[in-house]
Amino acid sequence: MAAGGAAVPVHGTGAARADGTARLRRVGREALRQASAVGISLFGLLAITFFIGRMLPLDPVIAVIGDDAPQSTYDMVYRELGLDRPLWEQFAIYVGKVLQGDFGLALNTSNRVADDLLRVFPATVELATVSIVIGVGLGVPFGVIAAVHRGTMIDHIVRVVGLIGYSAPNFWLGLMGLVVFYAMLGWVGGPGRVSVFYIDMIEPRTGFLLIDSLLANEPDVFWSAVDHIILPASILGYSSTAYIARMTRSFMLEQLSQEYVITARVKGLSRARVVWRHAFPNIMVQLVTVIALAYAFLLEGAVLTETVFAWPGFGRYLTLGLLAGDMNVVLACTLIVGLTFIALNLISDILYRLLDPRTR
Amino acid sequence: MTAEARTDAPANGGLRAWLLADTVTSTGQARAQKLYLGWRRFSSNPLALIGLGIVVALVMLAVFAPLVATHDPFAQSLDRRLLPPSAAHWLGTDELGRDIWSRIAYGARITLLIVLLVALIAAPLGLLVGTVAGYLGGWVDVALMRLVDVFLSFPGLILALAFVAALGSGLENAILAIALTAWPPIARLARAETLTVRRADYIAAVRLAGASDLRIIVRHIMPICIPSVIIRITLNMAGIILTAAGLGFLGLGAQPPSPEWGAMLSTGRAYMLGSWWLAAMPGIAILIVSLGFNLLGDALRDVLDPRAS
Repeated sequence: MAAGGAAVPVHGTGAARADGTARLRRVGREALRQASAVGISLFGLLAITFFIGRMLPLDPVIAVIGDDAPQSTYDMVYRELGLDRPLWEQFAIYVGKVLQGDFGLALNTSNRVADDLLRVFPATVELATVSIVIGVGLGVPFGVIAAVHRGTMIDHIVRVVGLIGYSAPNFWLGLMGLVVFYAMLGWVGGPGRVSVFYIDMIEPRTGFLLIDSLLANEPDVFWSAVDHIILPASILGYSSTAYIARMTRSFMLEQLSQEYVITARVKGLSRARVVWRHAFPNIMVQLVTVIALAYAFLLEGAVLTETVFAWPGFGRYLTLGLLAGDMNVVLACTLIVGLTFIALNLISDILYRLLDPRTR
Repeated sequence: MTAEARTDAPANGGLRAWLLADTVTSTGQARAQKLYLGWRRFSSNPLALIGLGIVVALVMLAVFAPLVATHDPFAQSLDRRLLPPSAAHWLGTDELGRDIWSRIAYGARITLLIVLLVALIAAPLGLLVGTVAGYLGGWVDVALMRLVDVFLSFPGLILALAFVAALGSGLENAILAIALTAWPPIARLARAETLTVRRADYIAAVRLAGASDLRIIVRHIMPICIPSVIIRITLNMAGIILTAAGLGFLGLGAQPPSPEWGAMLSTGRAYMLGSWWLAAMPGIAILIVSLGFNLLGDALRDVLDPRAS
């Protein structure tokens, strides 16, 4: 591909055509570089999870058959698990299975881990999505306001509230939220995704209860689901708000110190117009990256928050698997989170290129 | 030379004048001036002082735990279980009648231990990987940095969870797991620092003098990277504390009856509807300490890199 591209400018007639091919070549090379980086990351992800799985201090054969099985059974299972083969061959088998979506069986549910993941993941995505909406909806305006009023009381308040959001363990905020808003005030629904009366009433279509209940025309279920998601989503949303507001503030400060802002002000434009129409569009591209990262961190926050709220999502599935000593579940979840991280990074990278004319 | 400058300083208007003098007479004075100006910028920020105060208080609490504790942190008394905060028990008592304030005071030791051990494992590891990658370059650099990238593509808590799942629960394994997730950013930083000095004349001079690669890395490159590594690890302390508390909360870190804050929170959860203080107090302790490290880290960054504020 590189050779073909190099030949074109020599034979090309118009400057425009040469320019076009050069750009195509650059994009091609860029895509190739990106693809190889993602490929290596994926390989590393598999290698680390494989390595963690082999680090187990307990014998995987005994985990399957128990310790009073006869030697012949032991040898059979030993071979079945592929433990008699060289390590690289075991790794190849592992990669092959993962690529087919085979993560083995879960001890707790005795389902295939892959099926369980498909069932629990939408609940987490639903929670994370509502949280990120809260995080963006509050974080961006607060960040802009803090930057505009730099050094004033408003700036300090946003900064301190943000730092507390950074510093508070969100599982603890969840517990305290349940004590105050559920037990004492009764404003919100308690643990779980929906009131116990409605569990399994709605046929999952999208897997997102808020959408499914509306599609099934069950407003009672919808409001019960809203009642239950609002507290965990607010608590997860708080830490996203803190992060997004902080980054928005620093991006905005950088823009407001630029000369074009002064020029616009000198020309007589109102402060609001300069801030929102001139400066803000310039930080939107950077914000996309921040929001993608914040979304990825919500998955991490979900592990503990879901445990606190008995939210039937991926985080709770992971911790239950962990407490049961079920490595199949733990490794599958670790792998999925790693994949989501890589995917979100890739998406934000692509969006960055698409949205920012300067990268063209 | 420094001592000499210091002795004649009062004649010119005291220590302050010496620290702010326009003409510097010794390297010692230059260094002292830099420190003093940094301290002035640091101490003019009230949030920075609060952060420093919290961290100092944590260290004090840990060191003097036996003195500040009003009760034995492990002494159970079932007739005094689940008492609300009072004059006798400042923060109340837990489900076994143990004094929560005393347990939090002793728990500060565990928090400090976790933070220090993680720093002592992660910083040298990151430093070694980063300097070797940066100095040797080539395929070693590519391989090591790819490894760093892979580690960074997991969120810290999830990777720590996976490690603890494999190693087994307990405080030592939790510390090891957190350290294994904390080294990659340090390696990246150390590599960047190494790249800025590897072509320097003084490195070429030592190499001509016959120093081995190992000697150059350990004796001439690592010392350059150490200050920024220390600052970086301070910035990460709050994250380390939260991860440790999360592992303790899930029952994977320190085990009961250890007064580790996350573990206390975890047992307090069962009683939180009737006796809120069991879960509230250790959570507040975690919040204050992690806030302290965040404030301190923020302020340190401001002092060292004024543009970033």
